[in-house]
Amino acid sequence: MLYQDTVESEILVHKPWFIASVFAVVLAVFLALNLTGTTMGELMRPVIGDPLESGLYGRFAIAFVIAIVFCLNLVMIGFVPLKVQIGIVWLEMLILFLVFVKTLNLNLPFIWKNLPFLITQGIVTTLYVSAISLVFSSLIGIVAAVAKLSSNGFAYGIASFYTSFFRGLPLLMQIYLIYLGLPQLGIVMDAVPSGILALSLCIGAYMTEIFRAGIQSIDRGQWEASRSLGFGFGLTMRRIILPQALPVIIPPMGNSFISMLKDSSLVSVLGVWELTFLARTLGQATFNHMEMLIAVAIIYWILSICLELIQSRIERYYARSKVR
Amino acid sequence: MTVSSVVQLKGGPNGYSNAAAEVARPESSSDRRSSSQGQGPLSDTVIEAKKVSKWYGAFRALTDINLTVRKGERVVICGPSGSGKSTLIRCFNRLEAHQEGEITVNGIRLHSKMRDVAEVRKNVGMVFQHFNLFPHMTVLMNCMAAPMWIKGVPEAEARKLAIKFLERVHIPEQANKYPAQLSGGQQQRVAIARSLCMEPAVMLFDEPTSSLDPEMVAEVLDTMTSLARDGMTMVCVTHEMGFARSVADRVVFMDAGLIVEENKPHDFFTNPQHERTKLFLSQILKH
Ligand SMILES: Nc1ncnc2c1ncn2[C@@H]1O[C@H](COP(=O)(O)OP(=O)(O)OP(=O)(O)O)[C@@H](O)[C@H]1O
Ligand SMILES: [Mg+2]
Repeated sequence: MLYQDTVESEILVHKPWFIASVFAVVLAVFLALNLTGTTMGELMRPVIGDPLESGLYGRFAIAFVIAIVFCLNLVMIGFVPLKVQIGIVWLEMLILFLVFVKTLNLNLPFIWKNLPFLITQGIVTTLYVSAISLVFSSLIGIVAAVAKLSSNGFAYGIASFYTSFFRGLPLLMQIYLIYLGLPQLGIVMDAVPSGILALSLCIGAYMTEIFRAGIQSIDRGQWEASRSLGFGFGLTMRRIILPQALPVIIPPMGNSFISMLKDSSLVSVLGVWELTFLARTLGQATFNHMEMLIAVAIIYWILSICLELIQSRIERYYARSKVR
Repeated sequence: MTVSSVVQLKGGPNGYSNAAAEVARPESSSDRRSSSQGQGPLSDTVIEAKKVSKWYGAFRALTDINLTVRKGERVVICGPSGSGKSTLIRCFNRLEAHQEGEITVNGIRLHSKMRDVAEVRKNVGMVFQHFNLFPHMTVLMNCMAAPMWIKGVPEAEARKLAIKFLERVHIPEQANKYPAQLSGGQQQRVAIARSLCMEPAVMLFDEPTSSLDPEMVAEVLDTMTSLARDGMTMVCVTHEMGFARSVADRVVFMDAGLIVEENKPHDFFTNPQHERTKLFLSQILKH
């Protein structure tokens, strides 16, 4: 959260003009959408009669009810404490998402049947590919960042070429280049190591820039103080600069890791049995594409949430020296 | 017995010990000390600069600086802003590189070789205008870090050492706080303690009080005065003329990268030799 002012601000959602304008906007949007043919129309049948026959009156009634419910919801949320507000909003958004999924008329038994296999094979593969790449990309990132900040032309040249190349090429091309191109040089790798290598190199290039920015964000006085105490470069970096750079580095790092978790799906083109590959093969065979895609999407999301939670834990840990 | 007439004769290897070792020093001895500057390195010379010049690009920041600091001596460097005071004392632990001339610290000649520089830095403490404490470590850890990581002092011993010097600067009770939780004056005293923990042969101060409120200035100056009284060799860049008058053995006045004048504090303030010095003193003492 931002550094909050101590003055009490008026609650926005309890201002009549605000609620009135929200009401008007919602009403207009849903008038334009025409929901008479949907579940919403069916729910309104007692009021508007046959939804499809009801015409403009039906549309207006539906939009009106939605706008009322929405605004009431806003006003009510304004009364509860912050934590509860967040909880309620999350719950409501989840319910909306589930409603959306439900409208797809999925074959749920098919999902339940395949879920154990998705978890034991797919998640495990995705997780270990991502986890190994995560470690490697961080190592590459630190080393390349230091090289990029060094006064050694050779190191700088290699590091900057590396970041330029691997940030510039689509990840899919990198995966193909490594899996199909390296064997031309006599280096033959299995699909999984190839995928890990491609992911590590690609995310490592982003990590490099993140670490470089983090290291540069530290005041020069910290270098001077460590030097004046006699610390060498390695010691200064490890004990003084990196620990202070981490709070700056962690949010974008979390970003990269979450996107890497999902980018690991590209490894499926190599036939690695990770989530996306399984979703496609299982779904295709029985024409249950949507079922598998939604199931896997939700699994990716849950995994990302885990990463987000870990990130916020680490952020809180590093915030401790900032307390007054 | 004034503070400036006190010097330590039998210091420990660290250059400071208890007050019992203090002995009044005749004024003439300080004359001899300042006038012998420029001769070959004697055994008790801590810092010796010979014809030191430094350029930032085409800009000449230091011009033929000659300065000798002996063991137990307190030298105050003053001068207008941009005159090269910071640059000079940062050359003494090679935070800046000089291009011409020779700087010898503790018998080691400074050049770009890391080994010698590291050895010098171990023996030279530095206190900065903006404290530069390590914000992610507690006060205690700030003080323990260098002895543990550089000298390999065991943790328990480093802790004892740190507490000893935090007591020395009168803030042992803040040991477990983070720097951001302390006032400016307290932070600067921690910074002094942090340097002292390495038991340096000489302490360099670069305007240690310029970013502090008046009452905090006093507490930091008190700490520095008591250090001086214990015989610590000190080189201070400061605009605190009261401190210079009472503590310094010598005042060095710089302008435009040159040492314009160098004298005992009494003579420096009452009888400045150069026009530039007179102008500076009239400006700084006006208020
Ligand atoms: N990194 C640098 N690059 C270029 N010029 C510099 C650099 N550092 C200092 N200078 C110049 O060198 C001169 C001396 O600077 P220095 O910081 O030593 O002055 P100072 O006497 O400490 O002044 P102040 O009292 O303001 O701290 C100044 O003119 C300054 O502009
Ligand atoms: Mg300065």
